[in-house]
Parts: sequence; structure tokens; C-alpha cells
Amino acid sequence: MNPWPFVIAAYGLTLVGAAAVSIWSWRAALGAERRADSLRRERD
Amino acid sequence: MHAYANPTRFLGVVRPLAPWLFWTGVALILGGCAAGLFLAPADYLQGDSFRILYVHVPAAWLGMAGWSSIAVSGVAQIVWRHPLAGVAARAVAVPGALFTAICLATGSIWGRPTWGTWWQWDGRMTSMLVLLFLYLGYIALASASAKSGEQGGVSRVTAIYGIVGAVNIPIIKGSVVWWNSLHQAPSITLTGSAIAPSMLWPLGLTVIGFTLWFAAIVILQMRAILATNRIEARLRRMARG
Repeated sequence: MNPWPFVIAAYGLTLVGAAAVSIWSWRAALGAERRADSLRRERD
Repeated sequence: MHAYANPTRFLGVVRPLAPWLFWTGVALILGGCAAGLFLAPADYLQGDSFRILYVHVPAAWLGMAGWSSIAVSGVAQIVWRHPLAGVAARAVAVPGALFTAICLATGSIWGRPTWGTWWQWDGRMTSMLVLLFLYLGYIALASASAKSGEQGGVSRVTAIYGIVGAVNIPIIKGSVVWWNSLHQAPSITLTGSAIAPSMLWPLGLTVIGFTLWFAAIVILQMRAILATNRIEARLRRMARG
């Protein structure tokens, strides 16, 4: 059995999962902080 | 520990750290994966399928370390009433669950060419699956308690659930020693490693890299939770006039 399709699938799954959670986390942090800052400016 | 109970002071320290942890982690992950794929020699028994080790082991480590930190945060919340403990636990839950799922999936992918089966209900795989279910339950509880006004953290019941769930961690670790298993016994122990140095060093890179990256992700998640908390507090004040 050729092992390389299994190796590539495992690496692909891990790196895609890590990339997805990275993008989600950066967007969540920057987006929420931007909204909090704009709300503070609006209030001030 | 309470010196960093103030979110503003905490963010002042960790905000500049996040990009360094993130990009150092990414560089080590990519370097370790490249070394694991192209530089490490093939295993004498498993051939090239052993290379899955370089992503499977860090995923298992993050899954178990994630739950351990949820349990420690639970203790810090209940015993010391640390205001950021619940926020930290919530921040760990989703990435921890994701990496537990990745550990199960990569283990299953590794099992097919090595053992001839995708899945076996043995101690290691079953206890890891239980960890995934514990994470999903924790995410549901934490999400519900955050909506019911826990200041961005988690309820006392959720913290206790996190502490009690930690009983599964030593079961995962001991499962391959206590019961007959298709899964191999630990290759790396406190007394040494059964892995050849030429195969071991890329694993060091990926484990350290994924750990630094995970720390950055937890900081980003905490920043998102704390900012959302500020928004909700401000909206409540505005609604009151």
C-alpha cells in the first residue's frame, strides 16, 4: 500500500485546520477590538 | 498571579507577545513538517507512513495540554476567584477540541496503512474520543454560561466540569500501558527516547512550534472575548442611559 496519500492527507488536514483556526482567531480578536474602540469613540 | 487579574494590564503584556509567538510557531511548524517529510529517514518497519508522527503527536499534545489548562483555570477560578481564569478556559476550548479531532483523524489515517484498520475501540482511541466529547460538552456549557452574564468567563458549574473531566488525561496517558492496544507504548518517557535522533529532532520542532502557535491562538481568543465583554458592558450602560 502506497503510504504517501495517507501522509499527505494527514499533513493537509492538520495544516488546513491550523490555518482555519488562525484566520478565525485573528479576525475575531481584531474585529471585536475594532468594534469596542469605535463604540468607545462614539460614546466619547 | 493576581497582578495580571486586571484585563488592561494583562492585555498590555500579552498583546505584543501574540505576533512573536504566532510567527515563530508557524516557522517552526513549517520547518519541522518539511524536515519530517523530506529529511528524516523512513522507518525500518512502517516505511514512510511513520511521517504522520510529526503532526499526530503535536495534535495529541495540544488536545491533552488544552484540557489540562482548562482544569487548572477551573481551580484558579474556584479557589482564587481569578477573573481571567474563565476567559482563558473559554479561549482554549475550541482550538483544543479542534486538535483533539485532528489527533483522532490523523491517528485513523495512520492506522489504515499500518494496522490495516481505520479505527479500533481500544483504550487509547476510545479515551481520546471521550476527550473530544468532553470538549464539545465544555464548549456548550461555556457558551451558555457566557450568555447568562458571566463577564466573559464561565460559570462555576462549567469550571467544575473542566476539573472533573481532567480525570480522563491520566487515563489517555496510561491506556497503552494498562490495556492491550494496537497503539504503540510511549516512545518518549522521562528516562529517554526510543526514537532515533535523526527522526526525533523534527518532532521537537513541530511540538515546540505548535505549542507556541497554540499560545498565540489562546491570546487572540482571549482578546476577542475581553473586547466582546467591553462591547456588551458599554451597550448595557448606553441602554441604561
